[in-house]
Amino acid sequence: MMIRVELPQHLRTLARVGEEVHIEVSGQVTQRAVLDALEMQYPALEGTIRDHVTKQRRPFLRFFACEQDLSHQSPDEPLPDAIATGAEPFIVLGAIAGG
Amino acid sequence: MSGVRVLVGTKKGAFILTSDGKRDTWDVAGPHFGGWEMYHLKGSPVDPNRIYASQSSGWFGQTMQRSSDGGKTWEVIGNKFVYDGPTGTHQWYDGTPHPWEFKRVWHLEPSLTDPDTVYAGVEDAAIFKSTDGGRTWSELPGLRNSETGSKWQPGAGGLCLHTILLDPDNHDRMFIAISAAGAFRTADGGKSWKPITKGLYSKYLPNPTAEVGHCVHRIAQHRSRPNTLFMQKHWDVMRTDNAGDEWTKISGNLPTDFGFVIDVNTNEPDTIYVVPIKSDSEHFPPEGALRVYRSKSGGHEWEPMTKGLPQKDCYVNVLRDAMAVDGLDKCGVYFGTTGGQVYASPDGGDTWKAIVHDLPAVLSVEVQTLR
Repeated sequence: MMIRVELPQHLRTLARVGEEVHIEVSGQVTQRAVLDALEMQYPALEGTIRDHVTKQRRPFLRFFACEQDLSHQSPDEPLPDAIATGAEPFIVLGAIAGG
Repeated sequence: MSGVRVLVGTKKGAFILTSDGKRDTWDVAGPHFGGWEMYHLKGSPVDPNRIYASQSSGWFGQTMQRSSDGGKTWEVIGNKFVYDGPTGTHQWYDGTPHPWEFKRVWHLEPSLTDPDTVYAGVEDAAIFKSTDGGRTWSELPGLRNSETGSKWQPGAGGLCLHTILLDPDNHDRMFIAISAAGAFRTADGGKSWKPITKGLYSKYLPNPTAEVGHCVHRIAQHRSRPNTLFMQKHWDVMRTDNAGDEWTKISGNLPTDFGFVIDVNTNEPDTIYVVPIKSDSEHFPPEGALRVYRSKSGGHEWEPMTKGLPQKDCYVNVLRDAMAVDGLDKCGVYFGTTGGQVYASPDGGDTWKAIVHDLPAVLSVEVQTLR
């Protein structure tokens, strides 16, 4: 399935892509499957969204989709159908912070 | 025609400043990696076009960049810094054991002989090595696992390994410094490490002469005399002439011996530079006057260098990796401030001029001499 992923500006620059990328995910569409495929396609993003070893989300990043904050869901929980069908993007964004 | 390239890391990007051998007029390129904290950039001594850069962010963690054309273009390289084996613990601020956690790369030190080999000093303190141009990194775990590692405690800035000195005469020997653990030496290429702190005195330690716990801010070395090291400690400017076996205090007539940077003139191994900072609780120059102090006698006797530097209302800091020297004759000296200025002296410190005034806070300054 072709999944749409929106990236924050700094990660777009790092991966040399536009605001939205399209990635192919086979099997069940979960956070883990989407991020694995994203990192496979854009190795420059490895370690920037999740820790290299623990695969935990970096604390100041959030995962939004379909007007929901999915950041605290299990990475193995299926994402909404609208993500799996490509109707809606899976959004990676940096939490707002000053400075 | 000779020239110089100054690599400036700031809190919001990297800048590359270039000039010819006169070092009078400058081109400013950047920001590279705008918005990212650029802790350090350093070029290979054997291939000046090869530059490594540490790029980090509170949001996205550590990434690494490499240039093969002198900083015009960059490519992302490996950012997987994983401690070798069980991580163990060091002391936390409250004295409890705390597991080692990788946070960022503070310092990069390219090999003196191979452009694909580079060392990285990281927080929490450890040293990593790459032999494939930064694609992969392996820890030299003997340092973190050394006898004293579990006693190390971070300073206010974190448990950072910020100084790596490679011995030009003996490729198995290196010196490193960690805040606030101290200074260490290896004689076997990083397999084993020994604290080199005899002679250091730190009154903020329960035992002021303890083997570890000294907050070393920076160590500098002249290539012609690898056994002689100069240290700016939290307080005290120190010198050793036996590769760290024993240190002596050389603060002499400095107005304050607190500070962060220290460096050695390329052409005069006994000419050294520091920027005195008022105190550990007031990180700005004494009396609002930015002065580089120069000693031409390897310490003890110091003279203030003021020409071209602000002598009133100046309250910037100069961070530990933010001073460097070029290899020209006369030796150029450079430093950057938390106020975003990069000052250059083309005459060994006699006169100064700001190359740029308004960069983000400067974290690091390195210089490449181009011939």
